Amino acid sequence: MRSLALGVEALAIAVLFGSFLASGGKLLLAGTAAALLALAGVLGLAGKRREMRGFWLWFVSPLVYAFLYIPLVIVVIFSFNDSKLNAEWVGFTTAWYRRLFSDEEMLRAALNSLSIACVAAAIATVLGTMAGLSMHRFKPKLLPFLVFTPVAMPEILLGVSLLIFFLNTVSPALGAVGLDFGLGLTTVVIAHVTFCIGFVAIIVRARLAGMDESIFEAARDLGATPWQTFRLVTLPLIMPGVIAGALMAFTLSIDDFVITFFTSGIGTKTLPLEIYTMIKVAVTPEVNAVSALLMALTLGMIMIAAKLVPDLMRAKT
Amino acid sequence: MLKWLVGGPPFVFLVAFFLLPALIMVVASLRYPGEFGGLAPLVSTKPGEEAGLTLESYRVFFSDWVYFEIFAKSFGVAALTTLVCLLMAYPLAALIARSPKRYRDLMVLLVVLPFASNFLVRVYAWMIMLGPFELLFSRFAVICGMVYVHLPFMILPLYTNLEKHDPALLDAAQDLGANAWQRFWRVTFPLSLPGVFSGSALVFIPVLGMFAIPEILGGKDDWIVGNMIKESFLGTRDWPFGSMLSLMLTLAVLAVAGAASWLAGRRVSRA
Repeated sequence: MRSLALGVEALAIAVLFGSFLASGGKLLLAGTAAALLALAGVLGLAGKRREMRGFWLWFVSPLVYAFLYIPLVIVVIFSFNDSKLNAEWVGFTTAWYRRLFSDEEMLRAALNSLSIACVAAAIATVLGTMAGLSMHRFKPKLLPFLVFTPVAMPEILLGVSLLIFFLNTVSPALGAVGLDFGLGLTTVVIAHVTFCIGFVAIIVRARLAGMDESIFEAARDLGATPWQTFRLVTLPLIMPGVIAGALMAFTLSIDDFVITFFTSGIGTKTLPLEIYTMIKVAVTPEVNAVSALLMALTLGMIMIAAKLVPDLMRAKT
Repeated sequence: MLKWLVGGPPFVFLVAFFLLPALIMVVASLRYPGEFGGLAPLVSTKPGEEAGLTLESYRVFFSDWVYFEIFAKSFGVAALTTLVCLLMAYPLAALIARSPKRYRDLMVLLVVLPFASNFLVRVYAWMIMLGPFELLFSRFAVICGMVYVHLPFMILPLYTNLEKHDPALLDAAQDLGANAWQRFWRVTFPLSLPGVFSGSALVFIPVLGMFAIPEILGGKDDWIVGNMIKESFLGTRDWPFGSMLSLMLTLAVLAVAGAASWLAGRRVSRA
């Protein structure tokens, strides 16, 4: 009975999925999916008591996975759709991707995103690793607060406080000594580093926490200077954590929307900002195409990370 | 000496670009708005110009129910999102925790993977999904988007907690005659409360400051605190008012985080 119920449930999910692509009768299909789902629930309840143990977990989990994946799959499918509307499947085309690659504004935004992410990740990795080491070794009082608060706060707060800071404090101050300072690439990089430091520090500190202190003591006993200990013992040991932190910072930076939105000014556009403008002005499958490419990029990054640092996935949870 | 060599650079950077801007924002909430937006100068340069410090923004905030209502609405949206996330996350987290060890990593990875796509892409996906059903620009759409974006934040802490439970406890409860419902409510759920509270805080707090989801998926009625802050800074350009709202949001966040950790701590010490 349980496998029958789960089979009916799978059918329900498939019908629901189809209702998003169908050209007509969308409501009818969605209704059918709901009815099938109810049937699956009844079938599950009708089983023997022993079979029911854990049935609800088995019943709800595929729905949650469907909830997580259907929207993204729909976005990717419609990026190949030969229609201006994201409403029904018409036919296959790669026109949206070709249009995307000839869109100069979009390419400039992609270049901006990439360079910001590279610079911000590099700086955040160095500072974050130092913060992680310091917190592990010296147990400072104020540093953890400074490192973790920007991670835990809603992003908008960091965004607006930096907006005020850059425009109202830094710009006049530098203006007084004759330097012209406005919002742009530099301010975005600084903002990204500020919230990325925390993530790198968390990963590096977690890596250090699992380590045997006596290795470092042994290095000291053998006459290594602090720098030699760091260079020859600590750094190689925490390297997987540092790389994981760097990749994390890179993905966070390239995906960031809220903080970039407040610190970029008018002239500087990144990919998320372009997507935001497109969504607000006119929704065309070109947005789907950028989205699909961004997804592919992030997926690639995760695969590289998983190859380089096999225990990354476990460290994260 | 060594302590400052290692900890100094990140410390200085974060003081300069996190702590200092935060303090400046506190002062900004006490200033007058500038003539063309932004902030008025602290020291008057022209006769008749408003300068110095004032409690005007706070007075406006506390003298109009509208702002209180928006905060209440934001808490409502955040609470509903947290509840829906919890209801969806719990069964999945429990299933992963009970699965054989070799499948667990994969199942967790499948939860995190969609999370790797851009935040706006995930919101946009719901525009496409709900558009043809004419459900767009409604409170329902906002909740869908909020839940979709924050669900992994609930699943991961819950899973980390549930994974540590000893299955022998459930067997013992069964031997003592507890049925499935009792086993859940009297054994599993109380033990999982630390996970529930930390997951809830991880969902509740970011939802309060969100502005993009209500703006893209909701109607004007669905605006929450985040939208008001964004509007004060980039729309009406009344920076003191926006700073004051940001401080109010900070206080709300601190209250929620404090409540969550207090509840989690109390539960643990009692168990």
